[in-house]
Amino acid sequence: MTVLTQSRKPRFAAETMTPYTFITPAILVMLGGLLYPVFMAFYLSFYDWEIGRDLAKAPFLGVDNFVRMVQDPQVWEVLWVTLRFGFWTITIEMTLGVALALLLEKPIRGASIFRTIFILPLMVSPVVVGLIWRYLFDARIGWINYYLGAFFGIEPQVWLGDADLAFFAIVFTDIWQWTPFIFIIVIAGLQALPSEVVEASTIDGANWYQQIFLVKLPMIKSILIIALLMRLIDVFRGLEVMLIMTGGGPGRSTELLSLHIYNRAFDTQQLGYASAISVLLILIVFAISTAILTMANPMKSKSDV
Amino acid sequence: MNDTFQRQLYHYTALIFLALIALAPIWVMIATSFKNDVLVQDGTPLWFFFHPTLENYEYILTRGKFDRYLTNSVIVAVSSTIITLLLGGFCAYALARLDFKGRALMANSTLLVRMVPPAVLAVPAFAFVTLTGVDSDLAVLTFFYTALNLPFAIWLLFGFYKQIPVELEEAAIVDGASPLQVFFKVLFPLMTSGYAVAAIFTFRIAWNEFILALLLTGRTTRTLPVGAAGFITDTGIEWGRIMAMGTLIVIPPLLFTFFAARQIIAGMTAGAVKG
Repeated sequence: MTVLTQSRKPRFAAETMTPYTFITPAILVMLGGLLYPVFMAFYLSFYDWEIGRDLAKAPFLGVDNFVRMVQDPQVWEVLWVTLRFGFWTITIEMTLGVALALLLEKPIRGASIFRTIFILPLMVSPVVVGLIWRYLFDARIGWINYYLGAFFGIEPQVWLGDADLAFFAIVFTDIWQWTPFIFIIVIAGLQALPSEVVEASTIDGANWYQQIFLVKLPMIKSILIIALLMRLIDVFRGLEVMLIMTGGGPGRSTELLSLHIYNRAFDTQQLGYASAISVLLILIVFAISTAILTMANPMKSKSDV
Repeated sequence: MNDTFQRQLYHYTALIFLALIALAPIWVMIATSFKNDVLVQDGTPLWFFFHPTLENYEYILTRGKFDRYLTNSVIVAVSSTIITLLLGGFCAYALARLDFKGRALMANSTLLVRMVPPAVLAVPAFAFVTLTGVDSDLAVLTFFYTALNLPFAIWLLFGFYKQIPVELEEAAIVDGASPLQVFFKVLFPLMTSGYAVAAIFTFRIAWNEFILALLLTGRTTRTLPVGAAGFITDTGIEWGRIMAMGTLIVIPPLLFTFFAARQIIAGMTAGAVKG
């Protein structure tokens, strides 16, 4: 026990030191790998830099790239595509996911097997998801045309070659991959509900409809908001599936904002202009993220416990 | 009795139907990977009953550079997972347990950087490669994946650390343990499931990522998704071969899912449900 008094002073030093030694390595990596690129995108957005040209000799444009962006009908077009895509996928995924969770929340035999199966689409690489659905939607050998013809007598469609049908195809693919995400989050939330409340509402004579819309869903409101906002951000993150399935075409019917940045940078090779659009993307995602932090901050509420 | 039976039947029918929708596309890929070119081009769906051939796999494993892609993918995914868990574990512990100046700011900005869209990283990553000339270096890719995964790992592990009673640490400190001893000897054994979940998610992102891998790798450092996308050419797609490649890519994440589904669901919902 003499050790205790002896080590008092060094331990005080250690206690003021350690928090920063614990967090510094992670901060450095995030600064270098995430924040520096974000600032680099800001920086590049003021230059006219093309692939193959020396960055040091790239002309400084000031805010010209941003002026051009605001006046660029293509940017508004892909923004509109992105919003439509987000609207349809998120509306359908939230509705379907919540409906399925309500349908299947009862603990039943084999529940874990079914849950395992339901998270499989989430684990498939976006590149592979794009490949699988490009094959299924193929006009000539795709299985979708085959079954639509065999069961409903529908003529074969050139799914990925028609603007409206291609848009439908990427929405459908997204729903396949992401409805499970909503489903699992909601079902976990429902099962975490205290059973007394639900029982009490039954005793009070609430019917099936009232129980769902007046008791259960309001109680998992914060979970629903987080799931919604996470999906909202994902709409502005992904591009691989569309890149593989359609490349953004036909026209720009399936070109989401992220994919547009990629195509601008590496297809039309305008890196500076692509960076300006990146800044727009950052601002949009930042606004949504701030909404998440204000409405439901998991770290804050947990540290209050 | 009859009523519950009917309800169960209803439930199971719905569940099986959904399971089929979730599985069918994955199965289509696997089945197609075992078909020869004639069957693939036929366009008549054959789910099970055909004479399976290994020629697609044989081609990919012998004629393609599959072994190289695989090695690269394993190196990048495994090393970025290990580094992410190590650095993220330290950081999450400090955020969950230690009081220090800037803690709240740190917690909030961690959540914010989690939202950075990979498309935003594309041009700067390309700029980095052209400016420094460190093209085709797996270390660079590992670094970016670690940065991409750290915010999520910290967020996840934070929740797990919060669940451990503080008294355990206090007792250890009273007994004279140093912070590092507390971290490794007292807490780590209690955190294994948390680290397992974080590992699965980190691995999954690093294993599946495409855009940064495409931009940051060269001929010798390509990863599996980049290799697979390389099969798409202007002259058409060799579906049998590309499906074989896709099947091989999907195997590790699917195996993980089967072995750790319970943990994955816990991890996926940890933040949302406890918030």
